[in-house]
Amino acid sequence: MDKQTFLTRLRNGLSGLPQEDVEERLTFYSEMIDDRMEEGCTEAEAVEEIGPVEEVLAQIVADIPLTKLVKEKMKPKHTLKAWEIVLLVLGSPLWLSLLVSAAAIVVSFYVVVWSLILSLWLVESALIGSALSGVVLGTVFACRGNVLAGIAVIGVGLACAGLSIFLFFGCKEVTKGILRLTGKLLLALKTCFVKKEAAA
Amino acid sequence: MDIQLKRGLLDVCVLAAIKSEDSYGYKIIKDMKPYIELSESTLYTILKRLEMAKMLTVRTAEHGGRLRKYYHITEAGLQRIEEFKEEWKEILAIYQFVTKEDGEHG
Repeated sequence: MDKQTFLTRLRNGLSGLPQEDVEERLTFYSEMIDDRMEEGCTEAEAVEEIGPVEEVLAQIVADIPLTKLVKEKMKPKHTLKAWEIVLLVLGSPLWLSLLVSAAAIVVSFYVVVWSLILSLWLVESALIGSALSGVVLGTVFACRGNVLAGIAVIGVGLACAGLSIFLFFGCKEVTKGILRLTGKLLLALKTCFVKKEAAA
Repeated sequence: MDIQLKRGLLDVCVLAAIKSEDSYGYKIIKDMKPYIELSESTLYTILKRLEMAKMLTVRTAEHGGRLRKYYHITEAGLQRIEEFKEEWKEILAIYQFVTKEDGEHG
């Protein structure tokens, strides 16, 4: 890929950002490529060393806070005319409720994710509780002469203990996985904000 | 490595790279390479952050028929490096404490 193609693709990918910001980043990458070529790299090699455009874009997007992306997206491209303001106000019952529901979806997503994690750990703690009470109750039974029932209850308690140990590692992995996934989703959401403009 | 820790370290590394003389993007990456790998986009973010914090200033100068941005460390930047050295002494003391505990038990 030559330098111009790289920069053009970068520009297209970043079109959701403030214009000034885009220019500054492009100048930065352009200088990086030029400096590599000055050291004896060919143009293609220099571009390759910077990395694939998609990767560069993903890293840039990951570094920018979501609030900044949304703000830029919401900023009108020109000063609003009187009739546009009137329309905005008249349409507010529609777009305001859409906006609120979009925010509600994001919030509920997080609630769902966290309840999933919470319920997993509740099952885990219930198992630990059963394990402890099983052993204690079983011992009490056995001491009071009901030896068979006592042994059975202790057995159940031990089974719960085993299961809880087993589940502990499962819970840990699932929690980690879910947290990673939410991180990725956030990145995907941010990418939407940056890229949509390029498609339109 | 912990992300917050790494971010702080990278900031100081970049300041150190421009400490003795003004430097430019590609040279900073090259100078740091033996110690820590740094991607272009990460460097951009760090330079921006340091500029906002007034720890460095940027000037554009002509080089070989094109423009190149040079980064110059400010008094605040130099001070940050000194702070880092002090902080690191504390961390080293903690490290010695931690490894001493290791030695006693293991």
